[in-house]
Parts: sequence; structure tokens; C-alpha cells
Amino acid sequence: MNKTKLNNAHKKLKGRMIEFAGFEMPIWYSSMIKEHMAVRTAAGVFDVSHMGEIFIEGPEAEKMLNYLTANNVSKLKIGRIHYNALLTPKGTFIDDLLIYKLDDNKFLLVVNAANTDKDFQWILDKGKKFDAKKTNLSEQYSQIAIQGPESQEILQKIVDIDLSEIKYYRFKNGKVMNVEAIISRTGYTGEDGFELYFKGNENEAEEIWFKLLDIGKDKGILPCGLASRDSLRLEAGMPLYGNDIGETTTVLEAKLDWILKFEKGDFIAREALDLQRKRGVDKILVGFEMVEDGIPRPHLDVFRTAEDEEPLSFVTSGGYMPFIKKNIGLAYLPPKIDKIGEEIYIGIHGGKKKAKVVQTPFYSRKKK
Amino acid sequence: MSNLYFTKEHEYVKVEGDTGYCGLSNYAQEELGEVIKVILPEKGKTINKGDEVCYVESPKESAKVYSPVSGEILDINEKLEDEPELINSDPYGEGWIFKIKITNPDDIKALMDEEAYKKYIEG
Repeated sequence: MNKTKLNNAHKKLKGRMIEFAGFEMPIWYSSMIKEHMAVRTAAGVFDVSHMGEIFIEGPEAEKMLNYLTANNVSKLKIGRIHYNALLTPKGTFIDDLLIYKLDDNKFLLVVNAANTDKDFQWILDKGKKFDAKKTNLSEQYSQIAIQGPESQEILQKIVDIDLSEIKYYRFKNGKVMNVEAIISRTGYTGEDGFELYFKGNENEAEEIWFKLLDIGKDKGILPCGLASRDSLRLEAGMPLYGNDIGETTTVLEAKLDWILKFEKGDFIAREALDLQRKRGVDKILVGFEMVEDGIPRPHLDVFRTAEDEEPLSFVTSGGYMPFIKKNIGLAYLPPKIDKIGEEIYIGIHGGKKKAKVVQTPFYSRKKK
Repeated sequence: MSNLYFTKEHEYVKVEGDTGYCGLSNYAQEELGEVIKVILPEKGKTINKGDEVCYVESPKESAKVYSPVSGEILDINEKLEDEPELINSDPYGEGWIFKIKITNPDDIKALMDEEAYKKYIEG
């Protein structure tokens, strides 16, 4: 099993370790709910070093990325980041990712841990004809996310740049406790926060990790595991690869139209997605909230009525959301029943429990 | 000697005469994480050993609870409706889930005692 450079730190903090995407990672330290609440109300730190970092550099880097992805990479300016997806020719997801424009012909792709090798191979294969160097540096990079309203104040104490100058989805290069890092205002929690990418060794990674916890102690910072990372992203309505999006769902079905930029010209999935756009989708990802008691879990059946025996669909993500204190989930439904307030039923513990379609995100933070 | 007996699925029964208090073992609650909800069984119901009797929900999963013995459910721990976390804080005490009248004492013999269970979870 792979270990991140913070593996010992997690064990020192008595994190409950599980295997995730081939890595030994903490699922929680003390309590998933407390960790979730810390991020919404104060701050939390996550070891996300398992995520992949792929660098693309060369005269045709931008052209290649435009061809392989949904979003328009030509619109990215240096120092900015966008959410994007690597697509199959059918318009389904190889992965979803963040693209950082490091320089005119240089980009950083931050990809899901479980997909790093698949993505890299896909980029090598499908991007062969483009004049761009592709490098997978995932093993060398550590990544720490600090998330929550107190993040800026805490992180500011150990970086040599002014964090107030970094706007949402932008980054700067700076030093975190003398370690060179990419510092971006990004995250996967629906909260303000930063992500740090650096090549330091185990000691340096641990020093940064424990320093953040130490500085943030009075503010209520907590180390956070994968369980709260998942509940935070779901509460904020963000899809998870493997659950809510994947190789059998398209960008349009996942309601991610906003990252799809046909005006950029030709790209790998143009034909398929153009056709689907004109014909319409057969299923669409919607959010729902339980009306009756019950916690919707991934893979549970979704029914149109309480009498139906044949399920309509299944839950892709779901659970109890600690901040909004609701049981919610995501599922693909036929577009004719995706209206807000529409009743559906979830098969829980042998019975059918009433739920209703609601607007996503389930939670959005108040902007200052 | 302790009066605790365990199943391979990590339920326990604390035997007191011909009745027993059933719940989840300390190991099970640690694996589950914080309990956020307990769906209690029906009082008065007669059940068989191995029957799915109720559910304990944590943030990550819904754990089925199987009865370690056959018998009639004499009582349920209604305190868990407001304080499900008792399963975490005091699994063998205040965190019991249901009380059962044990109809077949031989059921106990098929379970692990504390020492055997300890070996089982250390695997």
C-alpha cells in the first residue's frame, strides 16, 4: 500500500486508517461530524497527497488540453485555475480535475488519486500527436488542504506571500515554512480555503502539518479525514468521481454544462456531446432530500412511487449532512421528473421512504 | 468470569439468568465510528438467532444488527433514540440495544466468550 509523507503524522494523531485508492489514509481522527463542523465554522486540515499531479509543458500543451477536456483552456490566464474534465469520445468522464496555468506553455493537472495512472496513460495515448511533454510527478508532491473561514488567518502566519491577494481559483508561488509551494485558493468542501502543493520530504511535510494545527488550535482547527472530506463535498453539491460521475455518465447528464465550451473548436467528445445537446439527455443528476426518516446510502434503489417494484435508478452519493442536519443524496433521474419538489422514494431497510427533489448545492457559504 | 458472549458479526449478549442484553461490541463501535441513529427493533417480537433485528447508522454505513440468540424481545433501549452515541461511549452498559428472553440456552454455547472474541478480532 502507498503511504503519503504524512502517514506518521496521522498515526501520531491516532487517525483511523483505511485503504483508499491504494493509499493508507485517515478516514477520521476523532469524529467525522466534529471535523465537518470545524471546516464549516473554523478550519480543518486535510492530507490530500494521494491526489495526482501531472505536468504538461510544450508548444502544443494548450492545444492538447483543449482537445482532451471539456473546458476552454485558452481562456485560462497564468496564475489561474479552472475545474475541467478529461473526456472520452462519448463525452463521459475519464476524470474530473483542476487545471493550473503555470506559464504560457505549462500546466498542472490535479487529478483523482484512483485515476492518476489511468489519466496519465490516457494523456500519453490520446495526446501523442501533440508537441507537449507529459510528466507524472504525483509521487514527489505532497498536498495539504486547509479549509474553513479561519484558513487565511492561520495559513498567513507561515507563508511569505500576502494571501489576501489570492482570489478564488487563483494561485501564487510562495514559501510555506521555507518550503517552495504552489498556494491556491481552492478546495473540495464548499468553504473558503487553500491547497498547498510542495515537494518537501517527510519531515518538512510533518512540520507544516503540525504547525498549522498548532497555530489554529485556539480557533478550533482539527485534522480532518476522508469521511468529512466526502460529507463536506456532498453537502456543497460537488460530484465525486466513481460515484456521481464516471465513464458511463456524460458532462451533460452530470449537469456540468458550465464547463463545456463548444466555442473552443474541435475536441475529443465534440460530436457525441453536440448530438446529445440537440437530442436531450435520458438521465440527469439531481439532488434530493429525505422527507421521511432514513439515511440514503450509495447504491440504494430509487423508486418513482411507493408502490413501484422496479427501481427507476439508484443513489450515487448520499448520507447525513452534519451542518444542514439533513439526510440527502444524489441520483440520476429521467429529465421529466427532475423538477424541484418532485416526490421520489428511496429503498431503505426493506421499506420505501419518501424523498423530494431539491436544488443543489444543499449548502452554500455566505460570501463576505 | 464475564457474562459477555460475542458473535462473529460483532454483536454481544450480556447474559443475566434467562435474559440477555444485546448490543454491538466495543470493536464494532470503533469500526463504525460515531453512531448517529439507531433504528430499534419491535418490543414483544419473537426472533431467531441470526435474524436481522435492527440497524445502527454511522456517517459511513448502516450496520445491520443480527440477534446473537433466539427469543422474545422484552425491552428496547429507548434512550438511544435521543442519545445514539451511548453505543460509542458505553457499548456494554448504557449502550445496550435490546433485552431478550433467551429461549434456547444452547445458543450461548455457540458464541465466543470474551477471551475467544479477543483472539478473533486480533485475527
